[in-house]
Amino acid sequence: MTTNNRPLSPHLQVYRLPLPALLSITHRASGVFLAIGTLALVYWVLAIASGAEEFQGVQERFGSITGRGLLFLWTGALFYHLCNGVRHLFWDIGSGFEITTVYRSGWTVMVVAVALTLLSWLAAYAMRGGGA
Amino acid sequence: MSLRSPLAKAVGWGSAKEGAAHWWWQRITAVALVPLSVWFVFSIVPLAGADHATVVAWMQSPLVASLLILFIVLVLHHNQLGMQVVFEDYIHTEWLKLTCLILLKFATVLIGLIGTLSILKVALGGR
Repeated sequence: MTTNNRPLSPHLQVYRLPLPALLSITHRASGVFLAIGTLALVYWVLAIASGAEEFQGVQERFGSITGRGLLFLWTGALFYHLCNGVRHLFWDIGSGFEITTVYRSGWTVMVVAVALTLLSWLAAYAMRGGGA
Repeated sequence: MSLRSPLAKAVGWGSAKEGAAHWWWQRITAVALVPLSVWFVFSIVPLAGADHATVVAWMQSPLVASLLILFIVLVLHHNQLGMQVVFEDYIHTEWLKLTCLILLKFATVLIGLIGTLSILKVALGGR
């Protein structure tokens, strides 16, 4: 029997994922990360219901360097998952499958997600008006 | 030769008759979460660094409380459907997969209750 060396499946160590594949796995990864973020949201809501003192402590935790870093990443993940989710919904109704469209919508998702993330953080810092 | 009728194959619902439900609810919640997520970001951004009184006043609006409960419940349902697929795809030890899936369902309900009751407590005037 003759064998050839053609790969049987995209072998992740030697195969560079094309953009649509990269965006696809990022969609899943951002979804998992956002599921963890939901815990942070409920933790925050619980803190509001627990009184001013507890809330202050939780706000300081979210306001720390690590807290802000996580919140920034969650914002980015939310906007990415939101934009790419809309892209998926268009596919679900059978539109946008042409290969050039797939690439164009992919780039659009990335640009819009980054822009909305930066914009909302700029807005947050602007509305905050200085302080800790 | 298959004993299944062509109709059974085409409909593809399997014996439980609910094969499309998971896929369908993931999309339904996704569609609802598009406007809700935008609302959530718009609402949360001005609250960056806010004190307790401000956040409580915000949450005591019936519209805010309703949308926030809706957001958290739909997010949790969407999460649960997505995490289920992730567990099914990547955990290959049967007992561990089943354990994770059951814990996922329990955790989803618990977190949903904590979130909902916290919002209701604040919205209905408690501290």
